[in-house]
Amino acid sequence: MAETQVISAEPRPPAGKWIPAVALAWLIPGGGHFLLGRPGRGGVLFGSVALMFLLGLMMRGAMFQPQSGDILTTVIYVGGFIGDLASGIFYLLSVWLGYSQADVAGHVHDYGTKFLVGAGLLNVLAMVDAFEIATRRKD
Amino acid sequence: MLKMNLSHFEAAILFALLTSAVLGVVTKRTDRERMRYGLQCFGYFVAALFGLSWLMYLGHG
Repeated sequence: MAETQVISAEPRPPAGKWIPAVALAWLIPGGGHFLLGRPGRGGVLFGSVALMFLLGLMMRGAMFQPQSGDILTTVIYVGGFIGDLASGIFYLLSVWLGYSQADVAGHVHDYGTKFLVGAGLLNVLAMVDAFEIATRRKD
Repeated sequence: MLKMNLSHFEAAILFALLTSAVLGVVTKRTDRERMRYGLQCFGYFVAALFGLSWLMYLGHG
């Protein structure tokens, strides 16, 4: 006779425990770690994301705007926009201060665009880490 | 604002350095393990950079 195995799901941690840390981690890269008392790691995350974003700006990378069309266009442009947005205050400041760069040919511009998205994706990793620390899944 | 003109190699090394630092910080549990993993990732990035560069050079004919 087949045995049934009951797998108990891990209880969902209360939102009040992790939302402030994750929200701050999005707005200010490394900020979630500072809030949770991990200033050393927060500093490394802030420095890495800030430097990558700054290098992207200095290489005149283009910011993605969401566009729809065929599936590949949608994935690239919406995904790129989310990646840019994930840099938090750096993205908001650069847009508010009027940074606007057309998507032009050239390897330096192309690297710049990737650095801008890469900075946001690194910050997503930092946000996940802040979530795990806030919910005590990790030190 | 300053404008930078980096070569492929310089841009890829900077990308590898910053990404390795973040991967090291968010992945492991002790500082020693984080440092080790960060350096390991950086080494893999550099190895892949040289490997793919040679592959493209030789494949180009």
